[in-house]
Amino acid sequence: MSLLRLENVSRSFGRLLALQNLSLEMDEGQLYAVIGPNGAGKTTLFNLISGFFPANSGEIWFDGARITRLAPERRVAAGLVRTFQITEIFPELSVFENIRIGVEAQMGCSSKPWPSQSLARQINRRVEEILTVTDLVLRADRTVSVLTHGDQRVVEVAIALSRRPKLLLLDEPTAGMGRAETDHMVNLIRSLHEKQKLSILFIEHDMDVVFGIADRISVLHYGRVLAAGTPKEIAADPRVQAAYLGEAA
Amino acid sequence: MRGRLPANVIIWALLLTAPFWLPLIGGYTALASRILIFALGAMGLNLLLGFTGMMSFGQAAYFGLGGYGAGLALVHLASSSWLAVLIGTLAGGAAALLIGPLVMHRRGIYFAMITVAVGQIFYFIAERWDSFTGGQDGLTGFSRQPLHFSGYAISLRDVPFYYFVLFFFAIGAGLVALLLHSPLGHTFVAIRENRRRATFLGIHVERYVWASFAIAGLIGGLAGALNALQNNFISPENLYWVESGNFVIIAVLGGMRSFWGPLIGSIIFIGVQDYVSSILPNNWETVIGALFIVVVLFFPTGVLGIIRRGVRPA
Repeated sequence: MSLLRLENVSRSFGRLLALQNLSLEMDEGQLYAVIGPNGAGKTTLFNLISGFFPANSGEIWFDGARITRLAPERRVAAGLVRTFQITEIFPELSVFENIRIGVEAQMGCSSKPWPSQSLARQINRRVEEILTVTDLVLRADRTVSVLTHGDQRVVEVAIALSRRPKLLLLDEPTAGMGRAETDHMVNLIRSLHEKQKLSILFIEHDMDVVFGIADRISVLHYGRVLAAGTPKEIAADPRVQAAYLGEAA
Repeated sequence: MRGRLPANVIIWALLLTAPFWLPLIGGYTALASRILIFALGAMGLNLLLGFTGMMSFGQAAYFGLGGYGAGLALVHLASSSWLAVLIGTLAGGAAALLIGPLVMHRRGIYFAMITVAVGQIFYFIAERWDSFTGGQDGLTGFSRQPLHFSGYAISLRDVPFYYFVLFFFAIGAGLVALLLHSPLGHTFVAIRENRRRATFLGIHVERYVWASFAIAGLIGGLAGALNALQNNFISPENLYWVESGNFVIIAVLGGMRSFWGPLIGSIIFIGVQDYVSSILPNNWETVIGALFIVVVLFFPTGVLGIIRRGVRPA
């Protein structure tokens, strides 16, 4: 059974058709990349999946349930967690506190006015786990607004992980990063996929990254899926070369 | 929070001993009670303003309702100061709980405007409903009642009343402190810091704005009840939007992001009000206004922000 399925999804903004009858299917455990030139509709696709705004038509299924009209908070509860192209974190809080907000939401105790000692310990233990996984232990007490861009993007991934996603959506995780930062992020994504068996759908412009780690790729072009397949198939596809890779090269 | 314990100890020690040292520096006990009452009202507001990031301009509504609740309880129900405080607190809290769903969908300036508007409705009701509230002249005919402890009666004169107020201030401040260290408080701050990120972590932001609003109103009601007891009087002025503005000024002066900010702000605000109006009657607001402008322009983190970080103009 597929983890995520979009059926003939469309979305327009005024007269601009951002996505037209788009269908996409992703299985559990995949590391799935969405690529395409600027304006192809990649972020619109993420916004529809995460519930940032609704689709005009079509259906979205996640983990066996129809989520087309579900509020974003409920999609998160269902296991669909995203990051943003422009980093969205809690700027004046420490790395630890940033992650703790997500952990508390995940444990269903965000509204607890007086947590028990054991609950507080449980929360802290989970935050420490995520700090370890994302290699942020040494920065735990730093205020995130003073971190480097690359570290801030890792923090956003860490925040997303705190919700124990069934599917993690990463919108251009390496945007604006230098080589070293990109490598760090790529290693993190790869280890989340391989060690934590996390299903990840990501948008990416850096073709080295895409072809280096994705096990499946969809190419978007003018709001439609131009091609979908394994990296090998995509690289060999003449339509893709004509429409996208050729143009970029 | 580590390392802040000594500051807490000093502040509580000063508050506990205020009636003894305050006269030495030219103050008096009733002034200290007033400072605590307005600090408490501003602390409640600050949960919403400074920690949830919602610009409420309607705290006076709940402060005033608390006052009317306390006054009316003394007039109509029973001669008990405890009951008056309880009824006043619940009046403020219940009103905020009911109003919450009306305001929680709004953001920014729209939130500020709707909180003012709702506050003004209470003001007009209190002003027009002569037979129940005393109308423009305010509600009189009640006075704070002695407290009874197994046969002993303590009359709430100056100093005992200060400790009566301090007792409730401690409860209110303790509640806020507890909240700020709880998951609920963390969630409030998350909303202030990044509403979008909070939503996409599965947090139903509006429900939490509602909760914060209701708690702010509850604490505002408590402060208002104490205010009515201090003055043995409550008037529609306490519900007026200008009073709401006073609470905002107190919070901002002291430092919105700081737990103790509202107390510091109240010391300055009530202190200036008391001192300046004895020299320049009718002009104390000008002085507060000037002070407020200076703080907002140069020290946006308030007086406590200056103390904590050293003087570093923005």
